[in-house]
Amino acid sequence: MKAFCELLDRLYFTSSTNAKSLLLQDYLRTTADPERGWALAIVAGTLETKLFTRSQLKDLMAERVDPELFAISYDYVGEMSETIAHMWPDSPQKAESGLPSLTELLDEFSSRSKSDKAEYLAGLLEHMTASQRWALLKIGTGGLRIGMSTRLVKRTLAEYGNVSIEQIEGVWHGLKAPYTELFDWLEGHTDKPDVSDRVVFHPLMLSHPIEQGELQSIVPDEWQAEWKYDGIRTQLVSRSTGKALFSRTGDDISHSFPDLLQDIEINAVIDGELMVYRNGKFGSFNELQQRLNKKKPSKKLQQTYPVAIVAYDALSIDGEDLTSLSLVERQSRLFSMLAQQKHGQIIPSPSIDFDDMDELAKLRQQASDDSNGNIEGLMLKRRASTYIPGRPKGNWYKWKRDAKVIDTVMMYAQRGHGKRSSYYSDYTFGLWDGNQLLPVGKAYSGFSDEELKKLDRWVRNHAVGRFGPVREVEKALVVELAFDSVHYSKRHKSGVAMRFPRVHRIRWDKPAAEADQLDTLKKMIL
Amino acid sequence: MSTPAEWIVKQPQGLLVKPASAYIDPMQPVEHAIITHGHADHARAGHKHVYATPETLAIMATRYGQDHARFIRPIPYRKTVDIGESTLTFYPAGHILGSAQAAITHANKTVVFAGDYKRTPDPTCEPFEPVDCDVFVTEATFGLPVFKHPDIRHEMKKLLSSLSLFPERCHLVGVYALGKCQRVLLALRDAGYEKPVFLHGALSKLCDLYIDYGFNFGELIAVSDVADLRTLAGEIVLAPPSALADRWSRKLPNVLTCMASGWMQIRARSKQRRAELPLIISDHADWPELLRTLQDVNAPEVWVTHGREDALLHQARKMGFKAQALSLVGYEEDDSS
Repeated sequence: MKAFCELLDRLYFTSSTNAKSLLLQDYLRTTADPERGWALAIVAGTLETKLFTRSQLKDLMAERVDPELFAISYDYVGEMSETIAHMWPDSPQKAESGLPSLTELLDEFSSRSKSDKAEYLAGLLEHMTASQRWALLKIGTGGLRIGMSTRLVKRTLAEYGNVSIEQIEGVWHGLKAPYTELFDWLEGHTDKPDVSDRVVFHPLMLSHPIEQGELQSIVPDEWQAEWKYDGIRTQLVSRSTGKALFSRTGDDISHSFPDLLQDIEINAVIDGELMVYRNGKFGSFNELQQRLNKKKPSKKLQQTYPVAIVAYDALSIDGEDLTSLSLVERQSRLFSMLAQQKHGQIIPSPSIDFDDMDELAKLRQQASDDSNGNIEGLMLKRRASTYIPGRPKGNWYKWKRDAKVIDTVMMYAQRGHGKRSSYYSDYTFGLWDGNQLLPVGKAYSGFSDEELKKLDRWVRNHAVGRFGPVREVEKALVVELAFDSVHYSKRHKSGVAMRFPRVHRIRWDKPAAEADQLDTLKKMIL
Repeated sequence: MSTPAEWIVKQPQGLLVKPASAYIDPMQPVEHAIITHGHADHARAGHKHVYATPETLAIMATRYGQDHARFIRPIPYRKTVDIGESTLTFYPAGHILGSAQAAITHANKTVVFAGDYKRTPDPTCEPFEPVDCDVFVTEATFGLPVFKHPDIRHEMKKLLSSLSLFPERCHLVGVYALGKCQRVLLALRDAGYEKPVFLHGALSKLCDLYIDYGFNFGELIAVSDVADLRTLAGEIVLAPPSALADRWSRKLPNVLTCMASGWMQIRARSKQRRAELPLIISDHADWPELLRTLQDVNAPEVWVTHGREDALLHQARKMGFKAQALSLVGYEEDDSS
């Protein structure tokens, strides 16, 4: 694990993605199985279990250092693992060579009881350097951020095995740590692993926001409309070998929704929207949020906020791959399958008839108003479109309701005043201009006190820089801003300013790369 | 005027020692200035009378010209002089060449202004000397228990092993022009690095001054004297921190940015600097050194001038000292640290 700690340190400080890729490839080349597979899982963030908790760590620290000094230091450093890494009392004898391998490390943590774990952890920290401690704490609490996106990891693997990134995409979600199958294939010892019957995530097809000029191209013969439900995008994979629910980024969220999964008995991969659904009515996005990120949802929570999938597409049914069929064909197969099965937690999302765009525009407005916000606009889809993972042009559009909204990325945060003093409650948001983010505005409202606490914690854990009182944060949190209008302005580097921007929704689930482009905002200028 | 708290007062210009009518490291031009060391935020031009060590005065003359003050008074270490109704003695502070603690005695009480200091051995200056006193005035730039600066030899090894791992990359090291630069040069030679070291133009004047004082840095070459900059691939170039992200550095081939500073211990600070290779080299006392110094000096009263004073005050009180913060502003905490 000594070599791996060095790798993490290097990756952390290296900024070029090419150099990062080379560093990782070099490590994979010179490290044996299964060690390198566990390392890959840690870098790619696919190691799901945490080795220990932050509160266990805090307890260990409380036994060793003055709590007041720890608090002052933590406030300054702004990051728990690093504070502990530096403050852990140095032991006179370092036994670096005595560090366990990653394989041993993971083994030890999974086989020990809770109190045994703490003792083992303390023993490790005792004999490590500060940067090794940092690495261990980051690995153990699952908060490793070294600028290696999943995409970059896949690219690295593709380069390592001299295969295409599409081939990696095709198997990635079907493989598990320590990835020996993967390395066997990439190093030419075996064929590409067959993952077709495994319960795995399939990358989603995504839509573009429609622009005014493009609305003319939407003709009823070639296009169909669907309600755009305000839930979270989900993929249901149900096979004879097992079933799972995935988020839009491929995280397995099955554990949060046992009530939804237990009765499903189909053999299909379904694309849809996860919604709170009670007595035939949809609940709000806020209600749905109560159900998200719950490891073990209580019975009460499950009963208060029952959920359903609004199904609008199918990637496969009964083992048959449907992705190369037209949307119309896929939906007709999906709906006829749903008609045959009794249980009511998968609800078809039929297309809406319309004669012209004026009619559609009225429907959109009316539905958005009447639905209490459960419908946030329309989806416009080309009837002939095949299912293409990624964001292909000209196939799917989203036409959101009118309160203008845009998905921005948080860039800076500042502590608030009065009631909010000590909380990071004032944020600056940015939009993508090519590969860089440009600030477009600030917002201080629109979130609940609970959300403020979460945001504050997020800012502290993701701060990367400090300019006086302003914290620069990692560009990783997408926040949907609502605003009244947008106009040109010299106040921001982006050249535009929004009127009354407020936080509309915090998109904990959305990757920053999928936030909107600056151009999208500029096109909203009337 | 009996207790030091009565004859030392905080003014907008800096700390005023009333019986001497002199300020310590004043931020604005004053009649009488006692300067602890040559860093720009402590030694400013435009005072009427300057009291400092000969080395500090030489540094000021190099930076600001001979006429930076109307009257200068060179005072070597450990020589006591009268200033007004008090006496002044300089003792080595171990921070940079010529850096001094100013011990001022008045009405039978001695106050030591440590200025910036460190306890780690540094061949470019005399080591810090603990001085008996009633009040010890200390900095707290790295006054948090998270700051434990490693041995400079360890950091040089990091630099040299990066150089052998990436022999095609020009290793551009950000160093403060005064003190850090010369210390890094000596440490490189000490680590066995014998090739010429290349310097940004802003560093050469002060290196020359050190050479006049008898330091041997081996072969130094100005980057401006290099005909083909591509030949700097695989070489070490030293530049002031401000040049790292500047247009100047873009002409260098395949740069690997290194930064030598005590702040580099904090990852976020390294990221801010875009340092790919952070070198934790500090000319200030780290946390263990601060505590050791409080013990060695053992003054009943401790005043903290600037930095992260909360933690140090808390710890000093726990150690049984009477401690208070002066919260002086205006001293930079970045590049010179």
